[in-house]
Amino acid sequence: MAICIFASSRQEVFAVGERSILMLDDLSAKLQRVLKDLRGEGRLTEAHVDAAMREIRIALLEADVNFKVVKEFVACVKGKALGQEVLASLTPGQQVLKIVRDELTELLGTVNQGLIFSKTPPTVILLAGLQGSGKTTSAGKLARLLQRSGRRPLMVSVDVYRPAARDQLAIIGREIKIPVFETVSNNPFEICQQALTQAKNVGYDVLLVDTAGRLHIDQELMDELREVKRRLQPLETLLVADAMTGQDAVNSARDFHEQVGVTGVILAKMDGDTRGGAALSIQSVTGRPIKFIGVGEKYDSLEPFHPDRIASRILGMGDVLSLIEKAEEAVDKENALRMVEKIRKDSFTLEDFRDQLRQIRKLGPLDQLFKLFPNVGPLKGISGMQVDEKGLAHIEAIINSMTPRERDHYKIINGSRRKRISEGCGCTVQQVNQLLRQYDQARKMMRQMGTGVKGKRLGKFGFPF
Amino acid sequence: MSIFNYREQPGYLARLKEAIQATKQEFVAKIDEALGREKEIDEAFLEELERILISTDLGVQTATDLIDKIRLRATSKQLRNIREVKKLIKDELLDILKGVESSQSSADVPLRLVMMIGVNGVGKTTTIGKLARLYRQEEGKDVLICAADTFRAAAVEQLEIWAQRNQVELIKQKTGTDPSAVLFDAIAASKARGKNILIVDTAGRLHTKSNLMQELEKMKRISGRELGGAPHDVFLVIDATTGQNGLTQAREFTRAVGVTGLIVTKLDGTAKGGIVVAITKELQIPIRYIGVGESIEDLMVFSPEAYVDGLFE
Ligand SMILES: Nc1nc2c(ncn2[C@@H]2O[C@H](COP(=O)(O)OP(=O)(O)OP(=O)(O)O)[C@@H](O)[C@H]2O)c(=O)[nH]1
Ligand SMILES: Nc1nc2c(ncn2[C@@H]2O[C@H](COP(=O)(O)OP(=O)(O)O)[C@@H](O)[C@H]2O)c(=O)[nH]1
Ligand SMILES: [Mg+2]
Ligand SMILES: [Mg+2]
Repeated sequence: MAICIFASSRQEVFAVGERSILMLDDLSAKLQRVLKDLRGEGRLTEAHVDAAMREIRIALLEADVNFKVVKEFVACVKGKALGQEVLASLTPGQQVLKIVRDELTELLGTVNQGLIFSKTPPTVILLAGLQGSGKTTSAGKLARLLQRSGRRPLMVSVDVYRPAARDQLAIIGREIKIPVFETVSNNPFEICQQALTQAKNVGYDVLLVDTAGRLHIDQELMDELREVKRRLQPLETLLVADAMTGQDAVNSARDFHEQVGVTGVILAKMDGDTRGGAALSIQSVTGRPIKFIGVGEKYDSLEPFHPDRIASRILGMGDVLSLIEKAEEAVDKENALRMVEKIRKDSFTLEDFRDQLRQIRKLGPLDQLFKLFPNVGPLKGISGMQVDEKGLAHIEAIINSMTPRERDHYKIINGSRRKRISEGCGCTVQQVNQLLRQYDQARKMMRQMGTGVKGKRLGKFGFPF
Repeated sequence: MSIFNYREQPGYLARLKEAIQATKQEFVAKIDEALGREKEIDEAFLEELERILISTDLGVQTATDLIDKIRLRATSKQLRNIREVKKLIKDELLDILKGVESSQSSADVPLRLVMMIGVNGVGKTTTIGKLARLYRQEEGKDVLICAADTFRAAAVEQLEIWAQRNQVELIKQKTGTDPSAVLFDAIAASKARGKNILIVDTAGRLHTKSNLMQELEKMKRISGRELGGAPHDVFLVIDATTGQNGLTQAREFTRAVGVTGLIVTKLDGTAKGGIVVAITKELQIPIRYIGVGESIEDLMVFSPEAYVDGLFE
């Protein structure tokens, strides 16, 4: 499934260039509806813009952007949209959506910002936030990222409250082979002082400090955090927030920022299907950049924040730019076009199937990839699709043990051939049967998509903006 | 087990009031303000009301439904004065919360299996610690805890400390073990040792990861196979700060394993947990407990009347 969608949307992408996005969502359909009679008029009128803004408002609220932030945002966008010339190249709905998306992107910070490092190491990075937001896991992920970029991080936990909190960081450290400072002390101030000394003495260049989760209204613990900060003088104080947070994100983020002063934000748990409107809420009350997003429980799931992608996601447009970027890394263009041609001509063999599979697997874990699809319209369901990576390896093995003739003419693969193939690759006959069935289905689907590539159905892909 | 026992307990209402203080201030007090400012039920008032409702994470849909109802009743003169609006909101809220109360499971079984599920970091493990105390101290039950979060670093150690605090037994295995295998052991141990309640901790998981959801389904299957009628309770833990994604979470967890009750945690913060009202309304799942802090005693049985009364009095 991924294979053919990928190939066909890919072709459209070539046609319209890098900045195209797939527009398949409810919001664009709604905007299309409220603005449809605008064609032919010269400018976006007030009535039209009002109607569009109502839809935008609802979309943002449903994405968990705080209602006050929504209000300001809508007012600002309205001002920009009013009186704009209706462009020939876009439908009015697309045009409004483009204005909204660009504005959102700008607010979220147009460039993605890395970490700041001290000229006199160690650079101290403090992680703070509400209970369960993802601080400890993010500490592990950050340490790993830093190590990969050639730094020598030391981690320490000053969470003396939650049961087994320090064990958690210690275990993470062992798992990713990054040192964790441990001490018998149960005093957060003492612990950080000792860790800092250790970092200086041994020559670690970054000290990552994991703190206990706390409520922003817990004055005692907020004072403690301030004191930890005063003693460590961190260059970065990162607020770790849960991407699924609702309206209250503004309150906690504001309080953390006012009381402790944050320099940036990590938005964890973006790997689900949350629209992540909290990103905008937090950004707007702290004015600080979102530096990373967490996209999984493993320690390599930390990614730089891309404002344009999150803007699309908040608006329900899917994270297609990431998809394209990933694809560009791994797939060569010639080959992709050749495949599209084959699909169109219905001459997509098992051999091609295997090649395509190899290419796609180079993109990384497939379920990660699928998540980048917008979960609406004809692509609905893909983003949640799970991939059995082992099964994929089996598929390759099965195809490998076929003869070239079998790969070209799958219909000749009868019972005895199936048995031979299964013995050749150590799979069961059932697994061979299943693969052939899947391939048969995939061909049928490709045939449909193949006609779609030229026909109307895919006309929706890749409007130019 | 009757929730009214707890209401009659000295201090219950006082503690509840303290716990919902922030919600009261931000929600009901705001409604009062709007009521004080406006003279009649006009669009400006309704808009203000909508904003207040949305700020609780109730969701656009639920908020709009309620506003439409008020508008309708106002035009048909069923709502005569602006004060009656508050009563209507209160009644609606109570209606939603109470509507599902009867479905609370209370059948007595010799061994009751309680499964704790939810997305990452919402408070499952901590709630188990609190719940074990409630079952043991308040209900005199013999409790066993099963450490079936075999994924997260130090998840077992964390639960172990809660088990010790409660002086209850814990069944565990190495990190990385199939959670169903630990569950299997725990059921056997509970039976052999004549336990009354087996509480099962699970690893946090996002509802979008179908392999992890299948893992939960398997645990449910094993429970049923090894213990008739199990799991008797499947508690979905929702963090009060959760936004609209909570509804999707509830739908997906319900579809996978069936949810018998909700537990709302972190209500001691400033988040109002309105999404849970939307969940209860759509999926007809009762709220069973609320978490109001990090200590062992910070779990309260949820009573819709006491909650709504406390909020609106
Ligand atoms: N799916 C997903 N889970 C995450 C992510 N980041 C953290 N988690 C999970 O969220 C839960 C809480 O994470 P922790 O790192 O323990 O959070 P914390 O903020 O240190 O929590 P406390 O110390 O208890 O306040 C764990 O189950 C993590 O595995 C993420 O990006 N995606
Ligand atoms: N303030 C507050 N914190 C809570 C509550 N319940 C749990 N927590 C905290 O939330 C964090 C995550 O809880 P944990 O039980 O580990 O979550 P799990 O990942 O779902 O098992 C911990 O720091 C807990 O102390 C609550 O009701 N109020
Ligand atoms: Mg932690
Ligand atoms: Mg846990």
